[in-house]
Amino acid sequence: MIDLELMALLLAPLTGGLLLAAFGSRSWAAELNSAMSFCTLIAAVVLTIRVIDAGPQVAFSEEFFIDQFNVFLVALTAFVAFTTSLFSRPYMRIEQHHGKLTTPMLHLYYSMYQLFTLAMLVALTSNNMGIIWVAMEAATLTTVLLVSLYRTPSSIEAAWKYFILCGVGIALALFGTILLYFAAERVLGEGGTALLWTHLNQVKAGLEPTVLKLAFVFLLVGYGTKIGLVPLHSWLPDAHAEGPTPVSAVLSGLLLNVALCAVMRSKVLVDGALGSTASRHFAGNLMMGFGLLSVVVAALFLSRQKDIKRMFAYSSIEHMGLVTFAFGMGGPVATFAAMLHMTVHSLTKSAIFFAVGHAVQKAGTQQMENIRGMMQISPTVGWGLMLGTLAILGMPPFGVFASEFLIITTAMHDYPWATPILLIALGIAFAAIFGKIQPIVFGETTARRLPLQPALIPVFAHLLLVLILGLYMPRYLADWYRQAAALLGG
Amino acid sequence: MPYNIQIINLLASLLLLIAFAMLSQRRILSLINLFAWQGLVLSLSTFVVAYSTGQHHLYYSAGLTLLLKVLLLPWLLHRLMRKLNVRWDVETLINIPATMLVGIGLVIFSFNLAAPISQLSESITRGLIGIALASVLLSMLMMLTRRKAIPQVVGFLAMENGLFFAATSATHGMPMVVELGIALDVLVATFIFGIFFFQIRETFDSLDISNMEKLKDD
Repeated sequence: MIDLELMALLLAPLTGGLLLAAFGSRSWAAELNSAMSFCTLIAAVVLTIRVIDAGPQVAFSEEFFIDQFNVFLVALTAFVAFTTSLFSRPYMRIEQHHGKLTTPMLHLYYSMYQLFTLAMLVALTSNNMGIIWVAMEAATLTTVLLVSLYRTPSSIEAAWKYFILCGVGIALALFGTILLYFAAERVLGEGGTALLWTHLNQVKAGLEPTVLKLAFVFLLVGYGTKIGLVPLHSWLPDAHAEGPTPVSAVLSGLLLNVALCAVMRSKVLVDGALGSTASRHFAGNLMMGFGLLSVVVAALFLSRQKDIKRMFAYSSIEHMGLVTFAFGMGGPVATFAAMLHMTVHSLTKSAIFFAVGHAVQKAGTQQMENIRGMMQISPTVGWGLMLGTLAILGMPPFGVFASEFLIITTAMHDYPWATPILLIALGIAFAAIFGKIQPIVFGETTARRLPLQPALIPVFAHLLLVLILGLYMPRYLADWYRQAAALLGG
Repeated sequence: MPYNIQIINLLASLLLLIAFAMLSQRRILSLINLFAWQGLVLSLSTFVVAYSTGQHHLYYSAGLTLLLKVLLLPWLLHRLMRKLNVRWDVETLINIPATMLVGIGLVIFSFNLAAPISQLSESITRGLIGIALASVLLSMLMMLTRRKAIPQVVGFLAMENGLFFAATSATHGMPMVVELGIALDVLVATFIFGIFFFQIRETFDSLDISNMEKLKDD
């Protein structure tokens, strides 16, 4: 039984949210935020160890389900949420020092940060497709006021766009869930069990293929809005650029993964239902199409960006497109690579946002042409930004190289026509990002000193992990990913 | 039983009719009233489904809908409009006939999409998925054509109505815990929208979304 561990995992952020709602304006709120995130991380680690030992388990009268696939995302989410809380402590204080944030705003930020973590963990661990939807919507609701935290016209515009677009998207996902229930009801009977993923998974071959196909289209488009798949991505760069940097880091590094996890849960069911029909690659083909389009469009937009956070937001679209494409290809290797890529992208992208956050604070602007010479003013920020950029662009020996290499070699083998498209897009992205980051790191400086010492340990901790994953993958981790890939029907 | 089916079909067509009426309504106050009427139709149809299938939890859903979508949300919106002093706002809509034509196209599209599913259903309410999908898409169209914040939000809530209709009438209601979760999300969303109205007005001096077009990729 894992009831206890799971309860701890969900209670830690809930308690954190409530405590910070009460004490969020005290001077020690930032420390409390980190402490609660640390508790969540401990619970996640314990849960992970239990699940790796004992295999997939259900908990709380089957309302929750943990297997190797979602537990790896739980561990990743808890880890990045913790390091981001460490980063946000000095970052938000500097913002306050610069007069951009007030104490009530910080109060809102801290309590919403914990509730956002809670919503993501519920979405990951729930066994009920309906509750997954509710938690995804809750994740939007908790972050929308954080995107408009600075109350500038453009941040309010970004938040409104985020709210409306994700609201429409998530409504389509609900319609997909209803259709899924409609099909399941005929097999499992009415009532509570018909939306439980474990039950659906057992009878997936008997689900009506036509309904499931339509349901998957709605689910993919709906949750795809959250993943930031082109052409539903337009909220993403705005929200990432206008929100506070810790929020950009968790949106980009975590929320996109959580939405993708929901899509993968649906894909397993659809693949099962269509298994014996002619269109059994229906779900995979759709995901490959959306993924490839996202990679190409994001790469083309990258070179036109002037705002540094916006540029890295487009890079997130590109990488999520790549992961979606890999999941769409299916098969053990591609699924393994997709999960590895989700991990290394989360770690690298949040590390980059940490470094970018401090670079922007030093330069006083997000416009890239005005940020120069980070290496002179602060070698740690400069190196963090440079190494992070090299890592995200897929330079060996970082982990992104390993996963991209696996994805591209699999594509070469199974879908040769897609390989040149992917390679050209990655090349364009490389030229665009590297060309812009290089003068930021090495140019002549105009930046100022910061009142507080920035927290850069998270940046290097993340990059070190990505480096280790690229050089040497521990055997138990590889086994773990392989089991998860098998669960996804690879 | 045929009476029940006919009543539900009648209510479904009313739902669709109200969705069209909302699409062409220019006065924001009337728009909110239409939304309340749509909620009432939804609540009635849920009630009839509950009665004819004997599913007890659907009575709760009907009551919840009545409370939330007919009373609470319209009341909140009215209050907001008084506070924001936009009670008599009228929106200039461009080209209502064209919008209506697009709307009819959407209805045909959703009926076609739902046709293979309707044939599978043995439940008393087959064929309603098409209507539900049509009203979801019509509300979405309404959100696209509006330039003011409150009508966009009403469109958002009306879309939720269409979804709820799909959940209760086309299938026999989602599990209660899911329905409660959805209702909670809608309620919280409305509160956050309310906060936004004030933030938008404070920053842009009006609730006109077309003022917001700074963020663009050139």
